[in-house]
Amino acid sequence: MPKLTIQDLAKMRDDARKHIALREGGEHRARITVHMGTCGIAAGARDIMKTVLEEVEKAGVGDILVTTSGCGGLCSHEPMATVELADETPVKYIDLTPEKTRKIFGEHLLAGKPIMEFALAIGSERRG
Amino acid sequence: MNDLSLHILDVAENSVTAGATVLEIRVVEDPVADRLIIEITDDGKGMDEATLQAARDPFMTTKKKIKQVGLGLPFLAESAQISGGDLQIESILGAGTRITATMGYHHIDRRPLGDLRATITTLVIGNPKVEFRFSHVVENREYIFTTWEFKEKLNHTSLSSAAGIRALKESLAQGEAGLR
Repeated sequence: MPKLTIQDLAKMRDDARKHIALREGGEHRARITVHMGTCGIAAGARDIMKTVLEEVEKAGVGDILVTTSGCGGLCSHEPMATVELADETPVKYIDLTPEKTRKIFGEHLLAGKPIMEFALAIGSERRG
Repeated sequence: MNDLSLHILDVAENSVTAGATVLEIRVVEDPVADRLIIEITDDGKGMDEATLQAARDPFMTTKKKIKQVGLGLPFLAESAQISGGDLQIESILGAGTRITATMGYHHIDRRPLGDLRATITTLVIGNPKVEFRFSHVVENREYIFTTWEFKEKLNHTSLSSAAGIRALKESLAQGEAGLR
C-alpha cells in the first residue's frame, strides 16, 4: 500500500465524521477515565483499562462510558483513574492495581459508593 | 516500556492530545528483510521546526505550565536504536505528524511486539471521538481494521458497552489470527 498523505488522512476524517452521529446516541450513567500518559502506561495503565473492560463485559452493562486521558500531573501515583457518576463529584483513584480496580468497579460504578481509602481527593483536573 | 505495543499506545495517545481526529497505526513485520517498522500518522496540530528539533530531547515538553518532561518519543527512539534501527519524525505545523520507528527484526535487543490487541482496544474504546486505522503486515499478509467500518457494524451500540467491547475484541482476534 502506498504511504498515506496528510490529505488522505483529512479525507478519511471527513468520511469518518459522517458516521460519528451514529454512535453518539445513548446516555451514560457513569464514566471512568483511565489516565494514559507516558507515566500511566509505564506504571500499568493498560492493564487497568483491560480490567475495566473485562468488568463491563462481566456485568453486561451498556451505560458506563470508559475513556482515557493524558497525564494528570501526579505521575508518582499512577496508575490513576477518575470515576464520575451523573450529578456527583468525580473521585480520583490512585496507585491502582487490577484488584483495586475490580473493587472500585463493583462498589462505586455499579453500587454508587466511592471507596475513599483508594481515592486521592475529590475533584478532577482541568479538561481540554 | 517493556514492549513495542506500549510504545505505540503512548505515542498514539500523544497524537490524541495533539488534537488528532484520525490516526493511522501501521506495523510491518518483515523477517526476511530483517525489518520491523512501526509508523504512526496523525492529523493533529503538528510541530514547528524548533519543537521538532527538541522532540527527541527527554527534557522537552509542550506542557510549559506544569513543567513536566516528555519521555514518550525519547523512549521509542531508544528502543529503535538499541535494535539497529532509528526513529524518524516528520511533521507539518497545523497538518499532522508521522513517527516512523525501524528496528532489526531479528536483533537480539529488539523488544517484543507485546499485546497489540490490548493497545488497539484501549485506544479505540478510550477515545470514542477519534477514528483509527490499524494496519498490521506480516510478510505478505495484511490485516486492516478501521473504526469507521467497525462502528458502522456496531450501529447504535455504544463502544464501551459490554456488547461493543466483546465485538471489538472478537474482531481484532479474528483479524490478527489470519496473519499467523
